[in-house]
Amino acid sequence: MSDHDHPHHRDHGQEPPSDLALRVKALESLLVDKGLVDPAALDAIVETYEHRVGPRNGAKVVARAWTDPAYRARLLEDATAAIAELGFGGRQGEHMIAVENTPDVHNLVVCTLCSCYPWPVLGLPPVWYKSSSYRSRAVIDPRGVLAEFDLVLDEKVEIRVWDSTAEVRYLVLPERPAGTEGLDEAALVALVSRDAMIGVARVGLEA
Amino acid sequence: MNGVHDMGGQHGLGPIAPEAGEPVFHAPWEARVLALTLTVGAWGRWTLDASRHQRELIPGPDYLRMSYYEKWLTGLVELMVKAGLATRAEISSGNPAAGTVRASPPLTAARVAQVLAAGGPASRDVAAPRRFAIGETVRARNINPVGHTRLPRYARGRRGVVERDHGVHVFPDTNAHGLGEQPRRLYGVRFSARSLWGEAAAGRDSVHLDLWDDYLERP
Repeated sequence: MSDHDHPHHRDHGQEPPSDLALRVKALESLLVDKGLVDPAALDAIVETYEHRVGPRNGAKVVARAWTDPAYRARLLEDATAAIAELGFGGRQGEHMIAVENTPDVHNLVVCTLCSCYPWPVLGLPPVWYKSSSYRSRAVIDPRGVLAEFDLVLDEKVEIRVWDSTAEVRYLVLPERPAGTEGLDEAALVALVSRDAMIGVARVGLEA
Repeated sequence: MNGVHDMGGQHGLGPIAPEAGEPVFHAPWEARVLALTLTVGAWGRWTLDASRHQRELIPGPDYLRMSYYEKWLTGLVELMVKAGLATRAEISSGNPAAGTVRASPPLTAARVAQVLAAGGPASRDVAAPRRFAIGETVRARNINPVGHTRLPRYARGRRGVVERDHGVHVFPDTNAHGLGEQPRRLYGVRFSARSLWGEAAAGRDSVHLDLWDDYLERP
């Protein structure tokens, strides 16, 4: 699916500045002039979420849980503390819960009311996660939603959908794929996709 | 409020259309809106709940049309005007009003890493009754407040089972409206898909919501 098919992507930055780009520029200039914001703080926040805090953090949590049974137990018992062991936490991840996929149970995370998402482990949410279509259907038709991600589950698999209605944030612990017994933690990290940690994908042998 | 933002269970809102290799931001202005929202928020003039509610107040047709960060921008402008941090004239001109005394921003670049890492926990170390036990069957109340609430329409009036006690958390329904945090007990509640959607739903499937004490009653 290209950007042009997507109704939510109307500003790409390669075209002449849009009305929105100009409005935001004027707002930033005003707020800097009034001393309400520090422009370097804006840069630091953007740098954090563009380059430092993203799904690789969550992948490290998952790979550790796959390779260290004691860590997995701690993650399922108190995810906030277990995730903090790896140095991740903070804004939009203050109260974490990890939910584990098994051959019999598949977990899927959504926020039907807005866009709640575990930033410290997954970064900022993708457009589809925030879209009306995903938010509306994940709770009533999870199998149809998963099929749109080319994930077809056996009818016998129980689906648990987690609607993030409070400040609790959910991380799916995917199943470790067969054939990865010989891989070390770093190699496993590379296999774990963001989508698998939301619950719209499985982890395969290729990320 | 029963706004369009409360989307769970609606049909007809289109395909999901995931984008392969999606960038974190689709244009530089989106990144600036995120960063402006966090830095202006650091003034502490409104709560996270109030900022969510402000975005819910965007009229439905606009809410459905706007991109995500356009909604954030709209919400931020309204919050700043209400809080007196900027006037509409300043925002439309991009220039401070004559005689404005330059302020000193609370969130400096040096503090960004520490502030993001600290986050803002919603749990509060105060006593609050636990009216419902783990394993107890409850019913989500049929309430239709015109203000902010985190009880989605699709669960109202439905029966579920309390699965988890999350402790005592800030109550969004009051906190969004300047009525204080009024912390109370928060539970993880499991609703069977059939309880929510009827007999056609898969028998084993379920939807789990985090709901405050006030949202629940004994059936």
